[in-house]
Amino acid sequence: MATSRLLPYGLSLPAVAALTVFMAAPLVMVLMLSFNSFTMATGIQPGFNFKNYVEVLGDNYFHTIFGRTFVLALWVTGISILIGAPEAYVIHRMRPPWRSIFLLVILGPLLVSVIVRTLGWAVLLGRGGMVNVALVKLGILERPMEFMYSFTGMTVALVHVLVPFMVLSVWTSLRRLDPAVEAAGVSLGASQATVLWRIVLPQAMPGILSGSLIVFTLAASAFATPAIVGGRRLKVASMAAYDEFLNSQNWPLGAAIVVVLLVAMVAIVMGYNRIVEGRFKQVFQ
Amino acid sequence: MTRTNGSLALAFHGLFIAFILAPLVVVILVAFTPESYLSIPTTKWSLRWFEAIWSSDFIPAFWISVQVATASATVALLLSVPAAIATARFQFAGRQVLSAYFLSPLMVPHVVLGVALLRFMAEMGLTSNMGALIMGHVIIVLPFTLRLALAALTGMNRHCEWAAWSLGASQWTVFRRVTLPMIVPGLAGGWLLAFIQSFDELTMTVFVASPGTTTLPVRMFQYITDNIDPMVASISTALIVLALVLMAVMERVYGLERLLAGKGEG
Repeated sequence: MATSRLLPYGLSLPAVAALTVFMAAPLVMVLMLSFNSFTMATGIQPGFNFKNYVEVLGDNYFHTIFGRTFVLALWVTGISILIGAPEAYVIHRMRPPWRSIFLLVILGPLLVSVIVRTLGWAVLLGRGGMVNVALVKLGILERPMEFMYSFTGMTVALVHVLVPFMVLSVWTSLRRLDPAVEAAGVSLGASQATVLWRIVLPQAMPGILSGSLIVFTLAASAFATPAIVGGRRLKVASMAAYDEFLNSQNWPLGAAIVVVLLVAMVAIVMGYNRIVEGRFKQVFQ
Repeated sequence: MTRTNGSLALAFHGLFIAFILAPLVVVILVAFTPESYLSIPTTKWSLRWFEAIWSSDFIPAFWISVQVATASATVALLLSVPAAIATARFQFAGRQVLSAYFLSPLMVPHVVLGVALLRFMAEMGLTSNMGALIMGHVIIVLPFTLRLALAALTGMNRHCEWAAWSLGASQWTVFRRVTLPMIVPGLAGGWLLAFIQSFDELTMTVFVASPGTTTLPVRMFQYITDNIDPMVASISTALIVLALVLMAVMERVYGLERLLAGKGEG
């Protein structure tokens, strides 16, 4: 067939143009904005200085916010591994009709707005909510505790929102696990624990690693759940940017916050990939 | 070795499923309360909070969301079909770079995209412009429509295309009469996933929403940060039912776990 050599470029052009105009160019605008300055009286002043970065990187207020965001994302990732990976294995071992039913139950909530899922936690975690009632009845708590606007509440709600990604990711890599290998391990005299540790875990590892990356990045940039459950008292980075843009109107400072967030995330993702690929090359082949 | 779960594993599984379902069940129960505060109805059930939705400003917000989601899913699909054909069917310099560029919106947090869109709209004098909001959503859903279009193109049997070529059909005719009909199911799945993604998008939209472009998630977010009452629970219940219907459709046609790999927003 006679194909013009330019055809693939022409076909790609509309998508490239849309991405460039509505994503790449605006991102450059944000970067430039972050070097401007701002005062209450005069608003945004054009110019080129690093004042906003000095403030974001040097101020204790922002250290707390970025530290909280990072620790929150670590906790959410850790808990998601601890409960999501075993759940994926349980599902992997289920018989056909049950397997797809429970996969639907776990993945289905991804189709429901994050707001709806977070609202459920706001109801459950309030002072009169069911978590409190249950904990008091069981004698674990003496009197109701405030989980709303607490770090614990934020972590629990965010784990709920993101753990389906871990289950999906681990389950996908377990699908390649041949049951005969497990059976061979057992027939050669390995205990159940040895089979889990030496056969299942290494096979699940690629799923755990890529699931961790998804959960961590989504947790570190999450907005709705921390904003509703954590509120203004426990600001995370995205909430701080929201406040600078829509409440304080200090856009250059807000721009610096998101640039720092973006750079930190890209650095973490790239560093993680490098470490993981170096150490688990044989797993990823 | 039998491939069944022990009782310990099943107990863990029960707790996990309870954890997943608890917040959704609670929202549904609270929606039926006759009281004007959050409570789980025990003796009396009422539909008053579902009736209250009709006269609230959630209805216009719902329609804005439907418009934005329909438009952005459609535009994203129209952009991604030719792009997918280029990367799946042609070998050319820069192909790898282009593929990475098409999927790059997945790497940028929505909060960053929201700030960028806000700045863009302010600079261009497009504040509260519906078209700009839709294009913002196009950026977010483009990777999903593209991935499903690519999957459809690489998964189809190419012998039909070759047969048509060898019989003298032009490239355009082959696409229109052979390729397109074969990839339509995949494209429809991508459109649906993009629609849901856009319909639920909050983090980016909250930065640029103005009175005329307040989508349903943004309106709900604003409402919840002021006060939580049974009305948001009843709207949430309606959304859960909607998601159940969509889920049934998508599971029937595509298998949900295949579609959902990679979707997400916290």
